[in-house]
Amino acid sequence: MPYLFLGPWLLGAIGLTVAPMVVSLYLSFTDYDLFNEPKWVGLDNYARLFGDDPRYLHSVGVTLRYVAWSVPLKLVLALAVALLLNSLRGKGQAFFRSAFYAPSLLGASVGLALAWRAIFDTWVDTPDHALVTIVLLAAWQFGAPMVIFLAGLQQIPRDLLDAAAVDGAGWWRRLWSITLPMLSPVLFFNVVLETIHAFQAFTQAFVVSGGRGGPADSTLFYTLYLYERGFTEFRMGYASAMAWVLLVAIALITAVLFRTSRYWVFYGDGR
Amino acid sequence: MKRAAVFVLCLAALALVLYPIVWLVSASLTPVEDLVSNLRALFPGRVTTDGYARALEGAGGESFWTFLGNSTIVATGAVVGNVVSCSLAAYAFARLRFRLSGPLFAFALVTIMLPAHVTLIPQYVVFQQLGMVDTFVPLILPKLLATDAFFVFLMVQFMRGIPHELDDAAKIDGCGPVRNYWYVVLPLSRPAMVTTAIFTFIWTWNDFFSQLIYLSSTENYTIPMGLRLFIDQTSSSSYGPMFAMSVLSLVPIGLFFLAFQRFLVAGVATTGLKG
Repeated sequence: MPYLFLGPWLLGAIGLTVAPMVVSLYLSFTDYDLFNEPKWVGLDNYARLFGDDPRYLHSVGVTLRYVAWSVPLKLVLALAVALLLNSLRGKGQAFFRSAFYAPSLLGASVGLALAWRAIFDTWVDTPDHALVTIVLLAAWQFGAPMVIFLAGLQQIPRDLLDAAAVDGAGWWRRLWSITLPMLSPVLFFNVVLETIHAFQAFTQAFVVSGGRGGPADSTLFYTLYLYERGFTEFRMGYASAMAWVLLVAIALITAVLFRTSRYWVFYGDGR
Repeated sequence: MKRAAVFVLCLAALALVLYPIVWLVSASLTPVEDLVSNLRALFPGRVTTDGYARALEGAGGESFWTFLGNSTIVATGAVVGNVVSCSLAAYAFARLRFRLSGPLFAFALVTIMLPAHVTLIPQYVVFQQLGMVDTFVPLILPKLLATDAFFVFLMVQFMRGIPHELDDAAKIDGCGPVRNYWYVVLPLSRPAMVTTAIFTFIWTWNDFFSQLIYLSSTENYTIPMGLRLFIDQTSSSSYGPMFAMSVLSLVPIGLFFLAFQRFLVAGVATTGLKG
């Protein structure tokens, strides 16, 4: 009986997730152009990625720089605004919370990215600054993590902060010694989520760079390069290898974040 | 006093955050000549609706209404698919006991974090061999099969909170799982279903990557794909229709946001939705 309800999901999980994963792992060891049979080439695709494709390594660098700038910037903004809104109450807080959240919905669209490209038209055309505009577009969407931070801030018992204030702790001291430790599980959650998403950013880079990762490959995101190899050159085996490297990289970075979390994430039960 | 200062600071930040949106609306109403001479100004003088007239004519030989119709079909299909399939799966995970419940749910959670790229290419190959590339099937079918496991998770969280006494009462009254799902759990899960529907609509409406991959002929283009036709054009002459169509593309999201902002913000706050 349960499988009657699970049917659609199970079909999707097997047919659209597990089986395609296995197939794409297989394809990553082949030359495949969609029209001829896949030809087994062993580890060639992976060897070429790391040994013989400067543009690939360049796209890795661009993506790492994007992640390293956009995630902290977005989260610092989100935390600052959440702290600000936390000192408001009632309707004022609800209004600003909604208003600051709006860009998170609009910013993912092609329409807004086109506007962004026009506003920053002089930067978009220079290799040194093009990536900055995309980082700023990501940071502009700080609303979603801000809402999560704000919900976390509201869980912190007021007595604790009041008691610290009575004992003479100033604003910074309370932030550093009470608010941030109490908020660290939420912060951790946001860091993991935003990092995973940042690695997969595509639309904004595609639109802002005119679809090619330019100028001079300065915004050639990983996903953009994967799209180019897979869906404009139809080198499906090569693109599959790229997808698997991305998956492994994201899994590793998530694992590292979880490992470090024991040093800076505090849970209420004293762990 | 301190609260007033915070309020003013918030207003200043809000002005900065809203600038790109207001600018876009302003640019869509400004004659191209004025726009080029003073690109970043808000409402620099004359107002024209030429951009909108040309935006409605569309791009690439198809009218804007074609794009709008296609976007609506895809988004509606995705919403229906997600609400139905995710609520079915969530009901099983949240309310029924079966042997593989734990491992299967853990697997569902893992798939939330999976980058779509590792399944993309084989999916494309299959859809291509079935002759379904350049149709809406590859965009809607995955939703009917609950591949957005995030919403399964969201609904499971919600359904677990519904008192189990209701199940027992329904059982005594002779309800099997199917009627229990339909008459007891589903009506009580309405907030979770509304949240799922709104987010699915907005994400599908904005979605670009899968539409870029699967839609190839202009007559099947959705609005983001219609806008894409402007990406390659760097000449400023297309600014008018480009910005007007951008505004038109954001209007449904704006309306949904205004109507459902409570659901949206609450959804993010309680589940950490990526938004």
